[in-house]
Amino acid sequence: MLAYIVRRLFYAIPILIGVNLVTFALFFVVNTPDDMARMQLGVKRVTPEAIQKWKAERGYDKPLVVNHGADGLGMVTDTIFFEKSARMFAGDFGRAEDGRDIAREIANRMGPSLAIALPTFILGLFVTVSFALTLAFFRATAFDFWGVVVCVAMMSISGLFYIIGGQYLISKIWRLVPISGFGEGLDAWRFLILPVVIGVVSGIGSSSRWYRTIFLEEVGKDYVRTARAKGLPETVVFFRHILRNALIPILTGVVVVIPLLFMGSLLTESFFGVPGLGSYTIDAINAQDFAVVRSMVFIGSVLYIVGLILTDISYTLVDPRIRFE
Amino acid sequence: MMGFQVVLLWSDLLIWLLVAVGIGVGVFIARNPPLLAAWRRVGASRVGMAAATVLLVFVVVGLLDSLHYRRQLDGKPGQKASYAVEVLSLLDAIAAPLRSRNEKTYSEPFATRLYAKETVDVPGRGQVREYPRLKFGGAHLGEREGEVAADVGFTAFRAAVIGVLAWLAVVAAAIGAVAWQGGVSHGEAGRRIWAGETRFAWNAVLATLAAVFLVVVPLLWLAGGYHVFGTDKVGQDVLYQVLKSVRTGLIIGLVTTLVTLPLAVLLGIVAGYFRGWVDDLIQYLYTVLNSIPGVLLIAAAVLMMQVVIDTHPQWFSTAAERADLRLLALCFILGITSWTGLCRLLRGETLKLRELEYIQAAQAFGVSSWRIIVRHILPNLMHIVIIALVMDFSGLVLAEAVLSYVGIGVDPTMVSFGTMINNARMELGREPAVWWSLAAAFAAMFILVLAANLFADAVRDAFDPRAA
Repeated sequence: MLAYIVRRLFYAIPILIGVNLVTFALFFVVNTPDDMARMQLGVKRVTPEAIQKWKAERGYDKPLVVNHGADGLGMVTDTIFFEKSARMFAGDFGRAEDGRDIAREIANRMGPSLAIALPTFILGLFVTVSFALTLAFFRATAFDFWGVVVCVAMMSISGLFYIIGGQYLISKIWRLVPISGFGEGLDAWRFLILPVVIGVVSGIGSSSRWYRTIFLEEVGKDYVRTARAKGLPETVVFFRHILRNALIPILTGVVVVIPLLFMGSLLTESFFGVPGLGSYTIDAINAQDFAVVRSMVFIGSVLYIVGLILTDISYTLVDPRIRFE
Repeated sequence: MMGFQVVLLWSDLLIWLLVAVGIGVGVFIARNPPLLAAWRRVGASRVGMAAATVLLVFVVVGLLDSLHYRRQLDGKPGQKASYAVEVLSLLDAIAAPLRSRNEKTYSEPFATRLYAKETVDVPGRGQVREYPRLKFGGAHLGEREGEVAADVGFTAFRAAVIGVLAWLAVVAAAIGAVAWQGGVSHGEAGRRIWAGETRFAWNAVLATLAAVFLVVVPLLWLAGGYHVFGTDKVGQDVLYQVLKSVRTGLIIGLVTTLVTLPLAVLLGIVAGYFRGWVDDLIQYLYTVLNSIPGVLLIAAAVLMMQVVIDTHPQWFSTAAERADLRLLALCFILGITSWTGLCRLLRGETLKLRELEYIQAAQAFGVSSWRIIVRHILPNLMHIVIIALVMDFSGLVLAEAVLSYVGIGVDPTMVSFGTMINNARMELGREPAVWWSLAAAFAAMFILVLAANLFADAVRDAFDPRAA
C-alpha cells in the first residue's frame, strides 16, 4: 500500500512540472515583463525608467531561463524561471502587488473558504444522493418523471441566478439572515447558512440526475434480481444492496474534489464577501495581480493531483476486487 | 438610395463557416444509413423536436445579427463615398426602433414614466419634482396614460390573432408535406399529425410553434409602442439587449467547438491508434492541462490576452473589431481548456476499435494508417463526437455569464447575457428594486439552455445504444 502511494506520488511530479511550465509560458513568454509593466503603469504615459523600476521591484528584470551574466549555478538560479516558477515547489510564492506574502495570505484564507465549502459539500452530497435514491425507488412513475423534469430545469438555471435570487429573496425580502459578510467563532453560522443553502440547491439538478442514472444501472443487475428472488422486500433490496454498490462510483467520483474544497468557490465567496481563497482570486483577477493568479493556478493543480491520488486509493479501499498493481 | 458597405467580422465568418459545415455534415449524414437512422430517432422524439424548434428561433436571431454592414454617410455628389464608423447588423436594421428609442434611464416594463423622480419646470407651478414622462414608452397614448392596460391588452389580442393566422399557415404547409410524403389525403394527414402517428414529431413542432407565435408576435407588436422589458441604466431597451445577447451566446457555444473538435478528434484518435510514445505524449499533455482547475486556467489565459490587447491598440481599427476579436480569443481559450475530456473518451474508444477484426483485416491488406483512420475509425466515433458537441453547448452558454461576471468574459462593450447580469446585479438593492434587466437576461438564458439540454438528451438517447 505504502509503496503504491509513493509510486503514485512520483508519477505526479512530471505533471506538476508540466503545469509549472504551462503557467511560466502563459505569464512570461506570451507577454514579456515589459508588456505587463506597461499594462500596470498605464499604456499611454510610461517611460523606460518607470518600466525598469517596476520590473526591478518585482524581480522581473532578470533573464527568462538562462542568465549568461552569472557564473556557475547562478546561470540557472538567477533567472525569472527559477525565482518565480521553480520556487513554487518549495511553497515560496513571492509577494502580491500590495507587498504581502502570498503563502501566508493563502494559509490565512483557507479557513473561511473551508467553512463554506465543506458544509456545502457534505450537505449537498447527502441531499442529492437521497433525492436520487428516492427517484430511483419510484422509477417509471409520475414522481420520477417530474423529478427528472425538475432536475433538468434546475440545471438549466444559471448559477448566478441562484445566488442573486437567493440573496434577494431570503435576505432582502424576508430579512432572515445578513445578506453577506463573515464572522468568526460561534456567531459565524448566521453568515454561513445562506451561502451553504444556495450552494446545495444550485447543485441538486445535475448531481441528482447523474446519481439517478447510477442507481438505475445498479437496479438492472443480476444480484438485484437474486435478492428479489430470495423474497427480500424492495426497501431492503434498495438500502442494503443497491445503495451500497452504487455508492462506490458516487464516492470515488466525489473524492477528487475534496482537496479542491480548500480553494473555495469564486462566485459564492465574492457575492457573500467571504475572505477566502475564492474572493482572493477574484480580487487578484480584477486588480491584474499576476503573481497571485499564478500561485493559485499552481496550488489548484497540486490539490487536483492530490485528489486524483486519493481517488485511486479510495477505489481500492471501497472495492476489494481492485488490487494495487 | 442609401448605400452601404458589407463588413465581414471574423466571428461572422466563423458563424457562416459553421452553417456551411452544418450543411456539409447534413449531406454526409443523409448518405450514411446508420447516422441517418439515428437522426430519424431524434426527429421522432417529441421533446427533442420541441426543443429544436425553440433553438431554431434563437439561431435565426443570431444569424440575422451576423450580417454586418456600415451605412453610407450623406455626402456631396461626385465625392468619394464615406461610411459610418458604427457597424450595424441586419438585426439592428430590423429592430431599428428598439435600438434608437432610448430613454434617459431606468423605466419599468410597459411604463409611461421614468423610474426616478426629476425636477422639471411646469408652466405656472414653477419647479416640481415628479416622474418625467418617457419620450417613447407609450408615446402614442399622449395624455391618456391611464389606458395603458387596455391598450396593451387590445394590441396583444390583435397581434395574437395574427400570430394564430400565421401559425395556421404553417400547419397547412405541414399537412401538405405529410400528405405528399405519405401519399394520403389532406384530412388523413391532419389526423395523423394530431394523433402523433407521423415518423417526424410534427405535432410537437407545431405545438411549440403555436406557443412561440402566441408569445413572440404580440411581444414584437407591443415593442413598437412600449419598452416591453423596460429600459436599463442608460435608457436602452432591454428587449433589444436580449436579442443582441443571443448572438454572443451562440458564438461562445458553437465557435468554441471549432477549436475543441479538431484537437480532441485528431489527438484522441492518433493516441489510441498509434499507441507507444505518441500515446504517452498526448496523455501527458491532456493530463497536465486537465490538472489545472478550469476557471483558473481560463482566468490566467484571459488576463494574458488582455495584456496583449491593451499593449497593441494599433491592431484594431474599430471598437467593434476589438470586441469581436476578444470574443473569438475567449472562444479559443475555452476550447483549449475543454478538449481534454472528449480526447480521453475518443482515445479509449479507438483503443477498443483498433483491435477489432475488420481493422486488423484492413491492416493486413496494407491499407495505410491514415486511410484506416478516416474510413474505418472516424465514422465509428461520430456518435461520441455528436453527443459531446450538443452536451457542451449549454455548459458554455452558462459559463459565459459566470466568466463575464468574474471579469474575464467578453468585452464590457459587447452585449451578452453575462454583461447584462453584471451591469444589473447591484440594482436589486435599490428601493424599489430594478428587477427587469436581470429577469429578462435570466429568462432568455434559461429558455436557451433548457432547450439545448433537452435537445442534447434527445440526441444522446438516439445515438447512444447503451442509454436506456
